[in-house]
Amino acid sequence: MDSETFNLPQYEIPEDLRHAVAVTTLDRLYNWGRRSSVWPLMFGLACCAIEMIAAQTARYDMARFGMEVMRPTPRQADLLIVSGTVTKKMLPPIVRLYNQMPEPKYVVAMGACASGGGPFKEGYNVVAGIDKFLPVDVYIPGCPPTPQALIAGLIKLQEKIDRQIIKEASWYKRKVKDPNYVPVPILGPDLIDPRRAADIKAAAAQEE
Amino acid sequence: MTTPAPASTATVDLATRFPGVVQLDARPDYTGFIVEKDSLLEVAAAIRDEFGFDLLSSVTGVDYAPDKMEVVYHAYRTSGGPGLAFKVQVPRIDPVEVPSLIHLWPGVDLQEREVWDLLGIKFSGHPDLRRILMWEGFEGHPLRKDWKEGFYEEDVKPFKSRWPQGKFAMAEDLNPFGDNLTFPKNFEPEKWIPEGEALLYGALARYTVENEDGISSDRIVINMGPHHPSTHGVFRAVMTLEGETIKGLKPVLGYLHRNHEKIGERNTFLQNMPYTDRLDYFNSMTNNFGYALAVEKLMKIPVAERADYIRVIVSELSRIQNHFVFIGTLLNDLGAMYTPSLYAYEERELVLDIFEAISGSRMMCNYYRFGGVVRDIPDDVMQKIKDLVYERIPPKTDELDRMLSENEVLLARMRGIRMINAEDAVAYSITGPVLRAAGVPYDVRRADPYGIYDRFDFDVAVRYNGDLMDNYLIRIDEIRQSLRILDQAIRQIPQGPINSQKPAYQVRVPAGEAYGRIESPKGELGFYVLSNGKPNPWRYHVRAPSFVNVTALEKISVGTKIADFVVLLAMFDMVMGECDR
Amino acid sequence: MYGKGILKGLGVTWKRFWDTYTEDIAWVLRGKKRYYTEEGVRHRSSKDQKGIFTVQYPEEKLIQPEESRFLPFLVYNELPDGKREILCTSCGICPKVCPPQCIWIVRSNDPVTGRPIPEPTEFYIDMDLCMNCGYCAEYCPFDAIKMDHDFEVSSYGRNVYDMEKLLKSSEYYKSIRPLNYEREETARIAEAEAKKAKEAARAAAQAAKPANPPAAPTA
Repeated sequence: MDSETFNLPQYEIPEDLRHAVAVTTLDRLYNWGRRSSVWPLMFGLACCAIEMIAAQTARYDMARFGMEVMRPTPRQADLLIVSGTVTKKMLPPIVRLYNQMPEPKYVVAMGACASGGGPFKEGYNVVAGIDKFLPVDVYIPGCPPTPQALIAGLIKLQEKIDRQIIKEASWYKRKVKDPNYVPVPILGPDLIDPRRAADIKAAAAQEE
Repeated sequence: MTTPAPASTATVDLATRFPGVVQLDARPDYTGFIVEKDSLLEVAAAIRDEFGFDLLSSVTGVDYAPDKMEVVYHAYRTSGGPGLAFKVQVPRIDPVEVPSLIHLWPGVDLQEREVWDLLGIKFSGHPDLRRILMWEGFEGHPLRKDWKEGFYEEDVKPFKSRWPQGKFAMAEDLNPFGDNLTFPKNFEPEKWIPEGEALLYGALARYTVENEDGISSDRIVINMGPHHPSTHGVFRAVMTLEGETIKGLKPVLGYLHRNHEKIGERNTFLQNMPYTDRLDYFNSMTNNFGYALAVEKLMKIPVAERADYIRVIVSELSRIQNHFVFIGTLLNDLGAMYTPSLYAYEERELVLDIFEAISGSRMMCNYYRFGGVVRDIPDDVMQKIKDLVYERIPPKTDELDRMLSENEVLLARMRGIRMINAEDAVAYSITGPVLRAAGVPYDVRRADPYGIYDRFDFDVAVRYNGDLMDNYLIRIDEIRQSLRILDQAIRQIPQGPINSQKPAYQVRVPAGEAYGRIESPKGELGFYVLSNGKPNPWRYHVRAPSFVNVTALEKISVGTKIADFVVLLAMFDMVMGECDR
Repeated sequence: MYGKGILKGLGVTWKRFWDTYTEDIAWVLRGKKRYYTEEGVRHRSSKDQKGIFTVQYPEEKLIQPEESRFLPFLVYNELPDGKREILCTSCGICPKVCPPQCIWIVRSNDPVTGRPIPEPTEFYIDMDLCMNCGYCAEYCPFDAIKMDHDFEVSSYGRNVYDMEKLLKSSEYYKSIRPLNYEREETARIAEAEAKKAKEAARAAAQAAKPANPPAAPTA
């Protein structure tokens, strides 16, 4: 960590103090801490998961970004990398995992499948993009994205984290109901999203 | 140039052995026999015991809408040689029912459940016929030709909306539910009571038991997965425990069921090639091989000589990197977190560099075309392959061997913990390294050579204890044998064209059926492709080794400690993409 | 026994650890830079790699082979007057061959003559469907659609690319795939020459023809 990344441009620091003093805002310091220790959930779905594992290994080494601690439990994770095709059968566990993650939490849709359904979109058991259920922060196209592309996406996520402001952060606000809570979908004759139950009923009544 | 092998039906005359109930399948370009439904069990028993076809490799169904349905069985001899296909035809009136073969070959368990789930063919006599890839309560049987999903657009690709109409629209906007959904008419979501998993837990039998002292004790039900760091993807196992001993276990699949076969029947033959990459995503090069073989058999076209060698080279490289990764993840599962797997992935990366240079993509190579391959291996990449094969991989294999094979902790965890014996392994249709570690020298490359594997001198790696240690060591043996094959292939590879056909985006595939099978690093990978002369296959089935091998998981795990279960599971080297398809 | 196997294994890890530093020293002695140079990355991806294996993306990047493919893009030629000549003729092969059917081509007719314009009016690729298989580039008869090397395309929203986002210059194409470009260019020149020769021959034949039969009425 060099003082260059912390210093705010509007504060003039005397030449002889350049290497000893940094003037910054709380937001920057706080976000720097958060962005440098994003712990992903050890959670793989499909092909992209293999590239995610590859990104963890020696050649790409996500540890350089403070992301080497992949936690298998959602309680200790900050980041959900949805790495692969989301099937209808798998969706309830994913939503449950997301709900169990503590705030602040981020979701990265890795690869075409997680972003918008991918090559398997037309399939009867495939959810056309995880963003139908979870708020996605970064979309990484590619099938699969190479480990470098994944890291590029995670850098993009870090940029997003950099821009967040403590005062407006939702996770410090007092709230009765968790705004990020997503009701767990139900497996019926097809996937039932409880938030859309009324729509489904109306559309099913109209079917010829 | 290798011409495609003749239809691989063994010279057995079932029709004269069972006059009246067995007929030769006389449809042009079909092979095998059609068996009367009522005498299926009798004929199947004879096929196994009299004719010696002890390995029932694949079970699948075909929907010949609108009049009949067919169940297709492919049986092989573990001693080698061509196989035998036999079929049962039943009218397409619900309930469609066929006798189950589970008492002859317990290995058909999951495959019959899959046929029931996707095609709605009931197997009478099957003790646990639940849905397997979809969930209980799902509406319909998706692989039936008259079943349509939410994003259904047209029966076959290419879709007209893309060209010439060119009207861009998201598929979501075309569906009445605004998503990939279909519901029965007048469905009321709030009244729906989820069936839950009562059936699944019911299949595990009793929870309260009396032990020998007459004290009743409760069994614990443990769910492992679908989110678990060592189930290798989204695999789920539900087990009952007594203390730490596993007393009952059911695998739950389908968490990555992405409708490969349904999409495959809509695709053109060529369009299926990149989809096969995503089956076993570690080994796209071998997946392509199996599919290319099946379609080439249908098309009756030869493969260019140089392409044949290239196919062997890339397949064996793929096998090497797969086994490296296997060893790495196995050690992860054993608790040796990361170091061995980091080392293993280094070699994998170097192999993937080669794949990227020749095919364009690291993992999803899409490298094969019917009649050859898409691109030649340039000289500089050939040099890189030679470097790897002669200078890099052999010392690294030795290094891995040195690092792990004598490790006392590893020995204590793995030696003497039995996986499965030879007899059971064959009955459960296990193929691949697990079968060979149990002492059955069955390798499709040798037993029923495809491509040009009959030209190479190599040993089928086999070990006889059948314990976990053997299952680990056999992978190292196989890496060494693959290196032998690679050495010969690199030295013998001729110059010449890489495809016997002209590049064409539409291929003509005559009507008929073909079953192409290869020895993938996980086991026998088969593609059952059925063409009716149109640009799209009528039926496209993948006999995935990971899927069939899981059948034996229950048999293997019951009686072992739960701590060993993770290792037992790791030994199958499952890939869920292929297992659930 | 008695831990010998474990020690042997630890020896392997120790050697690997040590190799990183001996290699570093060897490079320094040879007066070469091991990190942040192309040579260094190349060496770390070769059979001779020892010790450290990491390529420190984003400071250094892996060397992408020419055939490497990621997302597709459309090629245009930059004309001298600054206009773009799009090579695509909306022939419809790529949407037909595309396995996940992620390509939409919108065509339109010339308002004056009413005949269809070869150049596409709109060209959509839903990158969240695309499976990077490379068929579109492989089967395109006009070399108009190609596979990109650029993988740093992650975004904060869905990725449906329209024509503006898909178009990239042929100069760029030349820079990422020099060998392919050269091959296609020579083929194009050869074809053009063959066509010219054919036309010249036909013109010559036509010129020779009117001599014998009753000549067309000339002024």
